[in-house]
Amino acid sequence: MIPELGHFSLIVALCLAIVLGVLPILGAARNNSVFMGVARPLAYGQFVFVSLAFASLAYAFMSNDFSVLYVAEHSNSQLPGQYRFAAIWGGHEGSLLLWALFLSVWTAAVAAFSRHLPEEMVARVLGVMGLISVGFILFMLFTSSPFARLLPAAADGRDLNPLLQDPGLVIHPPMLYMGYVGFSVAYAFAISALLGGKLDATWARWSRTWTTVAWVFMTIGIALGSGWAYYELGWGGWWFWDPVENASFMPWLLGTALIHSLAVTEKRGAFKSWTVLLAIGAFSLSLLGTFLVRSGVLTSVHSFAADPKRGIFILSFLVLVIGISLLLFAWRAPKVGLGGKFDMLSRESLLLSNNVLLSVASASVFIGTLYPLFMDALGYGKLSVGAPYFEAVFVPLMIPMVLLMGLGPLARWKKMSVPDLTQRVKWAFGSALVLALLLPLLMGKFLSLESNKWSPMIVVGLLMAFWIIATLVVSLRQRWAGEGAFMHRVRKQSLSYYGMQLAHLGVALFIIGVTLVKGYETERDVRMNVGDTVMAGGYEFRFNGVTETQGANFVAGVGHVVVSRDGKLQGELLPEKRQYNVSGMPLTEAAIQTGIFRDLYVSLGEAIPESDGAWAVRVYIKPFIDWIWAGCLLMALGGILAVSDRRYRIHKKAGLPSSVNRFSQEQAS
Amino acid sequence: MKPRQKRAVYIVVAIAAVGLAVGLVLNALKDNVSLYFTPTQVYNKEAPQDRSFRIGGLVEEGSIQREKDGLTVHFMITDLKQKLPVIYKGILPDLFKEGKGVVAQGKMEADGVMHASEVLAKHDENYMPPEAADALKKAKAADTAPAAK
Repeated sequence: MIPELGHFSLIVALCLAIVLGVLPILGAARNNSVFMGVARPLAYGQFVFVSLAFASLAYAFMSNDFSVLYVAEHSNSQLPGQYRFAAIWGGHEGSLLLWALFLSVWTAAVAAFSRHLPEEMVARVLGVMGLISVGFILFMLFTSSPFARLLPAAADGRDLNPLLQDPGLVIHPPMLYMGYVGFSVAYAFAISALLGGKLDATWARWSRTWTTVAWVFMTIGIALGSGWAYYELGWGGWWFWDPVENASFMPWLLGTALIHSLAVTEKRGAFKSWTVLLAIGAFSLSLLGTFLVRSGVLTSVHSFAADPKRGIFILSFLVLVIGISLLLFAWRAPKVGLGGKFDMLSRESLLLSNNVLLSVASASVFIGTLYPLFMDALGYGKLSVGAPYFEAVFVPLMIPMVLLMGLGPLARWKKMSVPDLTQRVKWAFGSALVLALLLPLLMGKFLSLESNKWSPMIVVGLLMAFWIIATLVVSLRQRWAGEGAFMHRVRKQSLSYYGMQLAHLGVALFIIGVTLVKGYETERDVRMNVGDTVMAGGYEFRFNGVTETQGANFVAGVGHVVVSRDGKLQGELLPEKRQYNVSGMPLTEAAIQTGIFRDLYVSLGEAIPESDGAWAVRVYIKPFIDWIWAGCLLMALGGILAVSDRRYRIHKKAGLPSSVNRFSQEQAS
Repeated sequence: MKPRQKRAVYIVVAIAAVGLAVGLVLNALKDNVSLYFTPTQVYNKEAPQDRSFRIGGLVEEGSIQREKDGLTVHFMITDLKQKLPVIYKGILPDLFKEGKGVVAQGKMEADGVMHASEVLAKHDENYMPPEAADALKKAKAADTAPAAK
């Protein structure tokens, strides 16, 4: 009964979404305030009914209702509670429902926090989001309903893929989806600007907050996914350029370009058409990403059954969304205009260059990801594009980007003086270069490697990171200079400025992590008898054999590996080799001791037959790897800081210049 | 600078940037695309001798042999028609099993054995790597085609 209720709720939500997608947009065009007025109630109604549908599916999972096909395929009565809940998005149908749920959440949020926006703008934005919702719910109802029954009911479920039974999966997809779906708000704002023909600084400020929040979710989501791959897949890698990872990385790159371009549109009124195009691009790639991952077009951990009906629906939906947006863009963009003028050397031009570089990087990832698909479709046979392709293209594009990224915050709007800028950054560049050249000479000793390793790539990577930090210091010194109490000057700078710098610092930490882990990691695959020791990166690993233990829904062999350094005990690592009861699937669970400067990583290969308890063991030393995720976290925190700037607080009266509002808020507080 | 000159500079810079990107992409694609072959194709000498490629199929039953070091593994990849010996040193994925789908990437050496640098197995019990599925399908089609004539 409950699943039917969920199915029915979904149909009601579809009806509401159809009305939401038609009436308010019509109302905005005809200036009919009754039609526009229905947008908010419909948005709330849609949220209620999609939530009901989601709750019904959650109930089916929690109550082990194996008469529901989707539950029978992705859950099992032995599965611990939190994973039974996470199993809702463990497959194609449930993921779509999660997507639709988040879309209705964002729609309702826009409805709730837009009291200060002009009525026709709200109507258009909510209308566009309603149309997207129509597409998604239709797709679910016609091709992939999670509520389909299985008759007769299964005695027990097939179980969730053990790889996905992990705390990482409980939060990674929801975060990523919040990001994907969040870009629909930026998209809806862009489309409504095209429809209304009005795109000004106030528009950019509204759009900016939503876009940054979506970007923060996405950043965290991607970082979580990368962390999950690192500790769960047992290969010690943190990024594989796997199609599914790329699917989330492409919209992130364009989204990063978008938040910078929006900043220029807000502050200088420039880049208008470009901003709109980026918003369309970022959301289109989000859609593509969702579909690529969940439709089974690409095969990897994340993808599920392929079904031609789904493929055709997806393709039509994508063509419709992208096609209509671009047509609208071609038709209306001249009306929106290009925006303000700027000199060839100015902060605008630096930002534009980086926008172009980010877009090109996104395009190159796109080519590498979809090239095999096209070749296969054209009948040239199957092939695969490996990680070296992405590194060979991506890294050279990022080097100029990072150089410009250091300059951007220092350059003046509209027109900058090159000699002045050079004067200000020459010490920054010099010290970054000296540090980058010297540090590798000390690294060998610091990480107790056999020898010092000095390679051009390490120097370039460190130079990039130190350059960002050095220019950041220059910028802060410049901002904090002046008379009066120091803390007052510190507090005078806007939160959005600090947010930007924090995010940039995150990029620097990220680069340090990537450079050092790539340059200095040690990896040993060895056969170990009980009592054997192996040396790696100055650490001694002693293998004390494997014991058996019983988990909630698996049995595991637990390896006992004692690590010491210079005779001092560092701890015991307990990697596991699990066998899941229901699926019989084996799974390697790596044991990791994290540290600021290095991770110790041990995973079990296989037991060696005809031996006395010997195992193949994989031992890694990963220097600075956690800096990668720390960097991502700082980027996300920077985004949060930027949106908490009081300029973006909700203003009661629309159309007032921000300075007036800021003044009145300060008066009030 | 006059607006016209300025525009010209922008266009030149844009073309140079795009050109550079295209160059990078093509160059990287040339070196890093690995073509995929079936055991039958390798048997028919269709696979390249001097560069790395991918092969898909099933791990033949009873073909897995480990050397004393515990890390070097010999096995056969089959599409149920032809088979190809593979040697790999390292830790194999969890789901590498006899009779199950597998994809290996590596080079054919003079000894007629593929020296694999990477071995991929399917991610769960229901899933077969598309390359492996494709190899079986092709081999089967080749089997039935003459009979249909």
